Amino acid sequence: MTLSSPVLRAVATCVVPEAARLDPAQWDELEAIVARAVAARSRAVQRQLALFLTLLEWLPLLRYARRLSRLDPVRRAKFLDRMQRAPLLLLRRGFWGVRTLILMGYYGRPAAAADIGYRADARGWEARR
Amino acid sequence: MSTSPSYDIVVIGSGAGGGTVAQELAPLVRDGVRILVLEKGPRFADQDFTGRELEMADALYQDGGAFLTRDGTMTLAFASAYGGSTVVYTGTSLTAPQRVIRAWGVPGLDHGDLTRRSAKYAEQNNVHPLDDPLINDNNRLFVEGGRKAGYLVEQFPVNVKGCRGSSLCNLGCPNQAKQGTNRVQLPRAERSGVEVVTRAEVLRVERDRSLTVRVTEKAAGTKGAPSEWAPGDYHVRTRIVVAAAGAIGTSALLLRSPLPAPRSLGHGFTCHPALILVAEHPHPITNDVGHPKSYFVDHAASERFVLETCMYFPFVTAKSLTGFGPTHSAIMHAFPRLQMILILACDHAAPGNRIAVNRTGSPVVHYRFTPQTIDGLVRGTRAAARIFFAAGARRVHAPADPPLLQAADADRLEERVTARHFRPGMLAVSAAHLMGGCGMGRSAADSVTDAWGRVHGLPWLRVADASLFPDSLEINPYLTIMGLADRVAEGIRQDWAATRG
Repeated sequence: MTLSSPVLRAVATCVVPEAARLDPAQWDELEAIVARAVAARSRAVQRQLALFLTLLEWLPLLRYARRLSRLDPVRRAKFLDRMQRAPLLLLRRGFWGVRTLILMGYYGRPAAAADIGYRADARGWEARR
Repeated sequence: MSTSPSYDIVVIGSGAGGGTVAQELAPLVRDGVRILVLEKGPRFADQDFTGRELEMADALYQDGGAFLTRDGTMTLAFASAYGGSTVVYTGTSLTAPQRVIRAWGVPGLDHGDLTRRSAKYAEQNNVHPLDDPLINDNNRLFVEGGRKAGYLVEQFPVNVKGCRGSSLCNLGCPNQAKQGTNRVQLPRAERSGVEVVTRAEVLRVERDRSLTVRVTEKAAGTKGAPSEWAPGDYHVRTRIVVAAAGAIGTSALLLRSPLPAPRSLGHGFTCHPALILVAEHPHPITNDVGHPKSYFVDHAASERFVLETCMYFPFVTAKSLTGFGPTHSAIMHAFPRLQMILILACDHAAPGNRIAVNRTGSPVVHYRFTPQTIDGLVRGTRAAARIFFAAGARRVHAPADPPLLQAADADRLEERVTARHFRPGMLAVSAAHLMGGCGMGRSAADSVTDAWGRVHGLPWLRVADASLFPDSLEINPYLTIMGLADRVAEGIRQDWAATRG
């Protein structure tokens, strides 16, 4: 499973709803940030991540008879909410890791920082006068 | 393997501990003593500090700031650079509380002595409270809210010179205002003839006092200068080794070295686990301009938490909020109206919380949250929420269900914020005050070093960083590290003089 897979996009648009409005170039930017972060981790972590994304994709089949990427947004959000509250630390931690990567990909883009009104500048107070 | 020249003293690490030792031993160079500092990270030029979040996190922090504990429930932040973590902290400078040093019970370690030494570095690094016109709304609201809510709010002295208020301290000051060891102690040491080699990782300390060192090449497109030595493996001979690679770095180095180290090596790890809380005000405030951390509330002794003002960057902020979806996004889009408070839990050394190494020798940190540490986070969250609301915040984002606390919740925080919302793996806990692993004490039966940082049974091996702390310090540690490193340097000078008759 690649990081540009439908499941990652499905999770991303649920974690950050505005991500659904990204154009292809912006998606590429998001995915490049995620890919860079994943590449810097050990092979074991990369394997765990791929495995967890597979789990995220197929687990909803048990409850909703559909894969995550085919679920409607409401059910998708409900499912992911269950994952972040799961009694098993492994599931909570896995979701936390995927969520962190998506937030990094989205908010790590300078355009997203500007969009939320973040204005820090090396010139400090001088830049605000 | 290349062989490098021999040295008399090798200091491993260049942060608050290593930088201090290098400066304090530098006068020995005049007497012909050869001193080398080995730093794993690169030497950055002023223009390398761009303030861009991901770019600087990748360049400065271990694992880009995402070093996780073994069970993946906490992120540990520490830097690799000329100047170590003094490059990336906010410069907050407090001296160790007397009650903490007493509780440590290290024979030969006196609070008065440590305070005097810390004061020396406070003066050297221009530590002072910021003038009022430089304080932003994020800090001012903490003071106002804290006082209204009945807390004693104190001002942090900070080690800055010519601060322009970029708010980017944790990404390395882009204006060279922060007086870390990269700006003060290391340049002084180098001017006196101490040699500093960057991108040089010490893989092992051998029994014969030699060091196996790997110098890495600067990768294309990365920040920082190339190493002063050619890339490759070196066998460095020395007479005295000072390990100052930080709590995790030093403990891991000694653990993977074939030395008869005391049994408690790696144990006693503490880290002040921290949570970032945000609150939304009805109007924009100055938050991402100005020094981010000027005030604090210290409830360490009574309730096991400290609150500090803080301001983080978009990704770190997003990661720190619990939950996801529209509520999360709405808070992020309120960025210009956000006030932030950092809650630090004052954890204590607990069995099992330790630094180890894996089969490849890389550090692995085992950490479980004790009920007392969780209680510190819960109490700190309630206190932060009281301060936010007293300061006029409309709503507070906190670990609760649902995560948004409204003003009406201010009177029932005990019900809304409880330990069940603080399950590991559900919230973004991080820590930057990494302590312990080579604790000071009486003998090898209870500790790794004595009160002067000498490793029990290996008098040529000293430790000079936060790994010396036998338990949590309960405040920001950098001045205490410098005070302890000053003692380590003094011990070395005395021993050196004694051997010279």
